[in-house]
Amino acid sequence: MTKPLTCDVVVVGAGMVGAASALYAVRAGLRVVLVDRGPVAGGTTGAGEGNLLVSDKEPGPELDLALFSARLWDGIAAEPGVARAVEYERKGGLVVASDPRGLTALEGFAEGQRAAGVAAAPVAAGDLHELEPHLARGLAGGVLYPQDAQVMPTLAAAHLVRLARLAGASLLTGSTVTGVLRTASGSVRGVRTPRGDVHAPAVVNAAGTWGGELAALAGVFLPVLPRRGFVLVTEPLPPTVRHKVYAADYVADVASDSAALQTSPVVEGTAGGPVLIGASRERVGFDRSFSLPVARALAAGATRLFPFLEGVRAMRAYLGFRPYLPDHLPVIGPDPRVPGLLHACGHEGAGIGLATGTGHLLAQVLIGRAPDLDLAPFRPDRFPDSPPGGSPDRSAEGPAGLPGERLRESPGRPGEFHRPEDTP
Amino acid sequence: MTDRTGGRPHLAVVGAGPAGLTAALAAAARGVRVTLVDSAREPGGQFYRQPAAALGARRPEALHHQWRTWERLRDGLARHIASGAVTLLTDHHVWSVERESGSAVVHALLGPAQEESVAVRADALLLATGGHERVLPFPGWTLPGVLSAGGAQAMLKGGLVLPGRTAVVAGTGPLLLPVAAGLAAAGARVAALVEWADPRDLLRHVRVFAARPAKLVEGARYAAELARHRIAVRPRHTVVAAHGSRHLEAVTVAALDRDGRVRPGTERRVACDTLAVGHGMLPHTDLAEALGCRLDGVAVAVDDEQRTDVPGVWAAGEATGIGGAALALAEGRIAGLSVAARLHARTPDPRSYAAPARERAALRAFFAAVDSVCAPPARWAEQVTDDTVVCRCEEVPAAAVREAVGELGAGDVRTVKLLTRAGMGWCQGRMCGPAVAGLAGCPEAAPRRPFAHPVPLGVLARDPAPAPPSDLAPHPAPDPASAPDPAPPSDPAPHSGPASAPVSDRAPRPTRHSPSTGWESP
Repeated sequence: MTKPLTCDVVVVGAGMVGAASALYAVRAGLRVVLVDRGPVAGGTTGAGEGNLLVSDKEPGPELDLALFSARLWDGIAAEPGVARAVEYERKGGLVVASDPRGLTALEGFAEGQRAAGVAAAPVAAGDLHELEPHLARGLAGGVLYPQDAQVMPTLAAAHLVRLARLAGASLLTGSTVTGVLRTASGSVRGVRTPRGDVHAPAVVNAAGTWGGELAALAGVFLPVLPRRGFVLVTEPLPPTVRHKVYAADYVADVASDSAALQTSPVVEGTAGGPVLIGASRERVGFDRSFSLPVARALAAGATRLFPFLEGVRAMRAYLGFRPYLPDHLPVIGPDPRVPGLLHACGHEGAGIGLATGTGHLLAQVLIGRAPDLDLAPFRPDRFPDSPPGGSPDRSAEGPAGLPGERLRESPGRPGEFHRPEDTP
Repeated sequence: MTDRTGGRPHLAVVGAGPAGLTAALAAAARGVRVTLVDSAREPGGQFYRQPAAALGARRPEALHHQWRTWERLRDGLARHIASGAVTLLTDHHVWSVERESGSAVVHALLGPAQEESVAVRADALLLATGGHERVLPFPGWTLPGVLSAGGAQAMLKGGLVLPGRTAVVAGTGPLLLPVAAGLAAAGARVAALVEWADPRDLLRHVRVFAARPAKLVEGARYAAELARHRIAVRPRHTVVAAHGSRHLEAVTVAALDRDGRVRPGTERRVACDTLAVGHGMLPHTDLAEALGCRLDGVAVAVDDEQRTDVPGVWAAGEATGIGGAALALAEGRIAGLSVAARLHARTPDPRSYAAPARERAALRAFFAAVDSVCAPPARWAEQVTDDTVVCRCEEVPAAAVREAVGELGAGDVRTVKLLTRAGMGWCQGRMCGPAVAGLAGCPEAAPRRPFAHPVPLGVLARDPAPAPPSDLAPHPAPDPASAPDPAPPSDPAPHSGPASAPVSDRAPRPTRHSPSTGWESP
């Protein structure tokens, strides 16, 4: 066994959030080792659409984090070569309503967002086609969100890791963390991998959907659970869909507390040419099997929004597992139960967008500064200390989910409003 | 035309090559209604690929081994079609299969337009989807005049077209022998057969030959044919590069050392206008994977009865491991017998398929030996220069793959694909997957392709229409004839022809497309 590596902070998870955490930490002057059991972006990051969205968030701590993160993304994208390398595009989001009732709800929602600092411009029915010439006819209107942006998530994670390594961070891929090392007093002192120990007084849990498992290695309970999503990918097209387009009045039935399949049309072009079609949400554990009914529902939703897609071919589909927590907010910050353990996971479908803010705030905590945003809403110890009824059996997690879990769209959100997410 | 359905259980077979046909006939002869679905216009698969009727071939059998086996299959099929036991759906492009409340549903796009889909619902499903060719890249491999070995053979069998005048056949595997012999017989001058394996290594597997003496005979027959056509055979050699400005003009051939490295100073230029190159074959597993069938390496895992681990789903032929037409016939027969018994709620008696099971065991052992001898030399990827295009659909050079691994932290084919777009184009990585894996230094894995074929979103969005009843199936029934339910013949064949198109024709890709990295994961 080689001599243990020693550094200031070990970041576990080389997805988007881990990449950003490593980058901001190393730029804050810390010695950083980034560890992943697989390659860079091998988990949920590589299965996402890469949305940096403010449009889908109601006023509150997550929207504040999204706005803060969006400014940081702008800054990173302004660094030499980065915007092109990660396919950063401030394309804007266009949310459309099919009937007047939906439009009223959407405009009310946008009103609240404007008060929180979101740019949201109403679009009359007659103006929709100037923005999106191929949209279905007969829609009631919409709202344009110019701050919404997009990156290619795998490239974004890989290039942030590249920048972190240029600044001195180390990357250990193919290294599964099998234990979190603790001192006699209980503080974290590093992690164990089959390829050797990595010693550090701080460990960041950026393990995404698998964050609950890492927390368990450190002896704490964190109820991160998977929520499956599919994305359809079409053949390459010339630029046809200009914005990220999704339906606001997609169904009041989404607001139901059903755990069954939900789909809603979310359509966007990519720099590479293919159009991406989301988004579905299912709580089926880590089931990786393909579902034709889900693909059919996605296709039906997308062709209703953009009739020209009827004749466009789906080339492939992919799936991923959003990491969600019972209250649908991520956990960010130090865990008071284990000194030296910090969390940065559970961003559900918004991890690509929220990664920069998350990484920045964590770095501030790590060097002893007051974070720019209040981390209290993201406290890791806000859940009961043990799973109800014993240890969570994640693989067997059925549609019912954890007791107390409610859908993201349920009360507290506008009833007919759907949240697209940057993870399928 | 009595008892067209009559409560008989229904089997859907995907693939009308040797395995699918044999299984269909075995099941149909035992009271099972069979729907046979294939993307080609004629049954037979790649192995029994037929010249288009319009070409008026007088002796198509000249290009085929086992012509009599084919005649038995063809005539048996005609008889079962006439009796209504078998429905043949050709020019049907299967894009998905699913399990739905105890039955299997096959979704296929119709005809060349591929804008309408039909659904075939059955009690059991047999995947006889065959294999596709593996071609590993080298500098110059995208020049016009460079074809896949299977592509060259398909042109000979299907189009009766001689692809060039002076040919080199190169790569590895049993397919190269009939391709070289076929080209020579069709009038081409075959300047060399370049094989990176040493066939003498096969002799180390003495027990294998003891079990399959026919393979020795067959090898000797090909050796004699090659000698008759004065084809120079170069074992432990490889094509290092292909040259030419607008078309292939020559290749550089070099010897390999024991470690698979090119031996310096052995490079030799060989003038040619055609290079047929192939590096073995890979099973088609898209449909099996979408159903959740367990794979064994890159092939569908099956039990003694050719059953996958998904209830009601069988697999036979190249999909379960590359082994040629004779193995496909044996597996197809076992699958057909098993399906017939199981659908009638019986356990098949192993004695009923003892002969094909012996055949299967011996051929699997033989092809396992071939596989170990013909494995790519460890250092093949070193020959690939940075500017060599690896993924032709997306025009990804080797340098991009190396950068993804070396600088961006990719560690498997999936992340290389996400970072470079290699494998995201029209072929969905069928062509470049093995090359990318080799360059990235990671294992070849069967990738997930939820759609076996691109499908219009409008089709996907609509509820499926049922397949037309069998009597509307657009097939003239050939003359019913002898040999009901043919048993697998013992004459071995070294390959089943792959479905590849010529490598030198660019894979179809839309013209409106900016090169960029994109989204995707399996």
